[in-house]
Formats: sequence, structure tokens, C-alpha cells
Amino acid sequence: MSEKTYLQALNEALKLEMERDENVFILGEDVGQFGGCFGVTQGLYDKFGEARVMDTPITESTIVGAAAGAAAAGLRPVAELMFVDFIGVAMDQLFNQAAKMRFMFGGKATVPMTLRMPQGAGIGAAAQHSQCLESWFMNIPGLKVVIPSTPRDAKGLLISAIRDENPVVFLEHKLLYGVSGEVPDESYTIELGKGEVKREGTDVTIVATSLMVHSALEAAERLKADGIEAEVVDPRCLQPLDKDIIINSVKKTNALVVAHEAVQFSGPGAEIAAMVAEEALDYLDAPIKRVGAPFCPVPFSPPLEQFYIPDADNIVEAVKSIR
Amino acid sequence: MALSKKTLIHMYETMNRIRLFEQKLQEFFAAGEIPGFVHLYLGEEAVATGACSVLTDADTITSTHRGHGHLLAKGGDLKLMMAEIFGRSTGYCKGKGGSMHIADFDLGILGANGIVGGGGPLAVGAALAARYKKTKDVTVCFFGDGASNQGTTQEALNMASAWKLPLVFVNENNGYGISCPQCKSMAVVDIADRAAAYDMPGVVVDGNDVLAVHEAVTEAVKRARRGEGPSLIECKTYRWRGHFEGDACTYRCVEELEEWMAKDPIPRFEAKLLESKTLTQQEADKIKASIAGEVDEAVAFAKESPMPATSALMDDVYA
Ligand SMILES: Cc1ncc(C[n+]2csc(CCOP(=O)(O)OP(=O)(O)O)c2C)c(N)n1
Repeated sequence: MSEKTYLQALNEALKLEMERDENVFILGEDVGQFGGCFGVTQGLYDKFGEARVMDTPITESTIVGAAAGAAAAGLRPVAELMFVDFIGVAMDQLFNQAAKMRFMFGGKATVPMTLRMPQGAGIGAAAQHSQCLESWFMNIPGLKVVIPSTPRDAKGLLISAIRDENPVVFLEHKLLYGVSGEVPDESYTIELGKGEVKREGTDVTIVATSLMVHSALEAAERLKADGIEAEVVDPRCLQPLDKDIIINSVKKTNALVVAHEAVQFSGPGAEIAAMVAEEALDYLDAPIKRVGAPFCPVPFSPPLEQFYIPDADNIVEAVKSIR
Repeated sequence: MALSKKTLIHMYETMNRIRLFEQKLQEFFAAGEIPGFVHLYLGEEAVATGACSVLTDADTITSTHRGHGHLLAKGGDLKLMMAEIFGRSTGYCKGKGGSMHIADFDLGILGANGIVGGGGPLAVGAALAARYKKTKDVTVCFFGDGASNQGTTQEALNMASAWKLPLVFVNENNGYGISCPQCKSMAVVDIADRAAAYDMPGVVVDGNDVLAVHEAVTEAVKRARRGEGPSLIECKTYRWRGHFEGDACTYRCVEELEEWMAKDPIPRFEAKLLESKTLTQQEADKIKASIAGEVDEAVAFAKESPMPATSALMDDVYA
């Protein structure tokens, strides 16, 4: 166990899986010598060579499609898009090809590919480089959607994603790359679809993902001063979604706030809130509250961008409105 | 070349305007005063200048993430651009767009673009609109060597040619897509060769020679206005800076950079103008000083301008 950043944890996961399985390879723009747009693939080109860490042309559609094709043909590609926003160019290859191949072909195809994409606002990158798009992917049968919040989770979940037999969309947050935490040195997996309680509490459940887990933990500390004990639940995957961990927590706390950075309208919180309303309404003694981004593209100017991103203040406010 | 003195001087001014504007940005980015990404056009000034010198205000362009040069060459306002890049409410896009998303529809600037290859299809649409409305306007689509590999670009080339649209594809081949050298991303040496696949003229020009660019684009624009369809002009050039400000740029060698810096398009053009007595050294110095003044005014305007109010966040999501 040692202290590592989220970025180092991801890098380690890639390295370990490439060592373990020669069918694992990386493809994407500038992932080679350059080490990836944010540095996640740093050093892997030197270690594994050009044949396994492949710089592609700027062709997202073919990056995703080639990963799907290579996976169907027996390899385990890990493709990187520099920013999740670029998936728009490649969406057909993801949702009509990779995600459906197995089902449409009556189970004949297996598509064990991982698609890593950083998302999120906060670096002044403006509307076409800052979105959180997890709800798009959650809505596509055939894909798994992983969204880690801590270095430890990032490593274990990425290893699981690579070993998974399905196309996995792996969503990283740009602002988390530099966050550090304790990470085991050896290889380990975290089951896809199993959430984690990041903080125990009795008065309200805050289901949060990615960067918002950190905001929720900060909010919980502040609420503690007001005598409110919040439980912070991180599902870690949105598809499959760990229903049990959420329902069980709500049964204990009787109140729910869902926090994510994606646009609130029709965001992942909508699904989680609906699921809780369907399955645990009787346990709720307050309305469900959602915290998410406003219904607009991400603005450039720093004060606007800061205002746009949901934060601990918004979560505290949401909790206080029901507790 | 039978260009008027006025045109030549305008081109000279434009190149210097781009140069000085961007050197200022480089300075302020390093000082931490500009948020986000800044992709500088330094070294490539002849391409935008040569191409836009052929266009009227009614003609349209689509631009890229490296758009400042295109915008300035098409007549973009320095103050409004500077304010936008500084994130101020007085900027071209009220501080919502930043460096990568500046537009001025009155000047036919259909927007810088954060998506590589995003401009091609938009340019097809703009050219289509011109033909539909029976104007004689043309569209210039600027795109990089990296962008030329994107499906959208190839689709746009094909459609523009199949429909004989008034469109000129101006490829800025600076040799790299971020760290990826051209030789690793495509098998062809001349991107212009791809024009053959779409049955349109494809020409290679020295992208550091503003007159060569002007000449090639003039031909292509004439052809487009005559209704004969699109052309592809590949301008061989080089970006002096890293992909973005802050890029350590370890993927290319200093010798290569020096070799290209020796081909600086501005002194080259200046020398021609001096030699032909279109310009005196005194006039040249005066022009540069005056542009430096414009740039300083733009910075002052940006810095004095307020940041946008948070109450403006939801404006303009819908019409
Ligand atoms: C669809 C998409 N993919 C990737 C990127 C990231 N990106 C931004 S600029 C760039 C390189 C573009 O190279 P080129 O088209 O040659 O233009 P240059 O930067 O050299 O001017 C890349 C890969 C992006 N913005 N959009």
C-alpha cells in the first residue's frame, strides 16, 4: 500500500494488465511517447513498445470501432479518447456497433473492450471539452459504465473493466487525476456493479459519483457541525447500478440526495431517484433532492464555470432543505 | 503579381496583427492571466492572411481550435477577441466561449471549433446556403493535417464535390497533430493528393509565402464562384509553439523548429515589399508600432472589462 494519485493508479492498472495478458493493448491519440493528453499512459510506450501502445490518427470513430472489431476478434483493447466530448464523433461505433454486437448476433460475439474518457468541467476548457455524459451511456443496453472517484477505486475498477467481457465505458474526471490516496501496490479487482459506502451516517443518504463524492464528503463534514450525519454512497458504476447499497442506505437514513456533475435534467440522478421512489418510497420521510449541473452547456469564463459546477455548498443546501 | 499596393499593405498589416496579438497572448498565458487552453498560430500567419485576403465580408469561413489567425485575417475585432480570451463579459461571446469558440457572424466567421474535423460539415452547409440563396459567396474551410484524417473532413470533401458547392478547403499542414507527426497518421505525403479521390483540384503551396497562398486561393475562389465546385489547397507550414501553451513539445527536434523559423513568413514578405518599393522600412516600422498600439489597447479593454455575472449563465441556451 502506498500513496498514489488517481492518475498513477490508472497507469498502474494499465501496466499490470498489459504485463498479465498480452492481448491487452492501448490505442488512442497521442497515447504513445507523449503519454496521453493527461498523462495516463505515460511510460507504457517505452515499456511495451509501439505495437502495444498505438498512436492513432484523429479518428475517434475508427478508434472506437477498431477497438470493438479487435475485441470481437479476440484482443482486449483499451481505447482512450482525449475528452469524453469527442465521443459524439464516434457514437455510432459505440452504441450501434460495440454495444449491440453480442445481442444482435445471438450471443456469437464477445466484445471485451474498455473505452477510457476523461470528463468534467473545471479547467477552463469551455463547452466542447468539459461535459459529463454518463447518462448517455447508461441509456445504452450492452455497455457497462464505470465512474471511479478515488485512486484505489480507479485502479481496481480499471483492472476489472479490462477483464470484463463487455464493452466498458470508463469515465475519469480531469480534476481527480491529481487527487491522491492509499492504493495497494499489487493487482486487485473491484467488482463492476458494487458500490461503496464512503462515509457512514444515519440522517441522510447522499449518493454521489466521481468528483461529487469528494464534494459530498466535504458537505458531510460541514453538516456534522449542524448535527446531521450524512451517509455518502458511491455506486462507482452506473451500469450495472448497485441498487442494494442505495436502497439499504435509504432504509437506514430515510432521506436521499443525489449529486452528480452531469446536467441534472435527465441525468443519472433521475434514474436513481426513480428507482428509490419505486422501491423504497415508504422509507422516505422527505422528498428526494437532486444536485446536478444547470441545463446549459459548460461556460468558459472562470466565475461562470465555478458557478456552473455543483459543489459542497449545493449539497449542504439540498440536505438542509429536507433535514 | 498584379496586386494593388492597398491589398499588399493590408496583407502585411494582417500578418503582423496576428503575430503581435498572439505574442501578447503568449505573454499573458505564461503570467497565468488567461484561463483554459490557448493554441497559438505563430509561424502560420501567411495561410490565414493569404486565404482571407481573397474573401469579402459576405464570404464565410469555418475555423479550428487554432483560430485566432483566421479570425483576425477575416477582420475580427481585436478588443472583442482579447476580451473573450480573457473570459470577460464584453468579449465576442460574452465570456462563454473563450479562445476555442469565437465567432462573428457579421464578418462571416462561423466560429472557431473545439472539435477537430467539426468545421468541414458546417462549411458544406454554409456553401450550400450560398448556392441555395443564389449569392456568389464562397466558404473557406480551414483544417489541419490531423483534421484531414477525420471522417467528417472526408465526408465534407466528398459531398462538396458531388454537389459542386462553392467551397475552398484550405489545409494547414503544419506537420503535427499534437505530438503525432504526419508520417505516423497517414501514408500520403501530400494531403492535396486526396483531392483526386473526390475529383477536385488539389494543389500544394508554400504555406509560408502569403502571395503563393493568395494566388492559389484566388484561383479556387474564382472556380467556386463560377459554380464549378470545391478545391483543396494544402499549405505547407509549421507551428512554432507547442500544440497548446504549456506543451513542453519534446516530440520534435529543435533543428526542425529552427529550420522553419528561418522561413518566417513575415520578414520574407516584408523583404519582397521593400524590394519592390511597395513599402519603405520606415513605413513598415510605423505599421508595426501602430499594430502594437492596437494590441495594447485590446489588452487594456479586456482587463478593464468585468467578468460575466453569474445571472447570465442561462442566457442564450435557447433562442
Ligand atoms: C474530435 C476531436 N478529437 C481530438 C481532439 C483533440 N485535439 C485538439 S487539436 C488536436 C490536433 C489537431 O491537429 P491538426 O488538425 O493538424 O491541427 P493543428 O493543431 O496542427 O493546427 C487534437 C488531437 C479534438 N479537439 N477533437
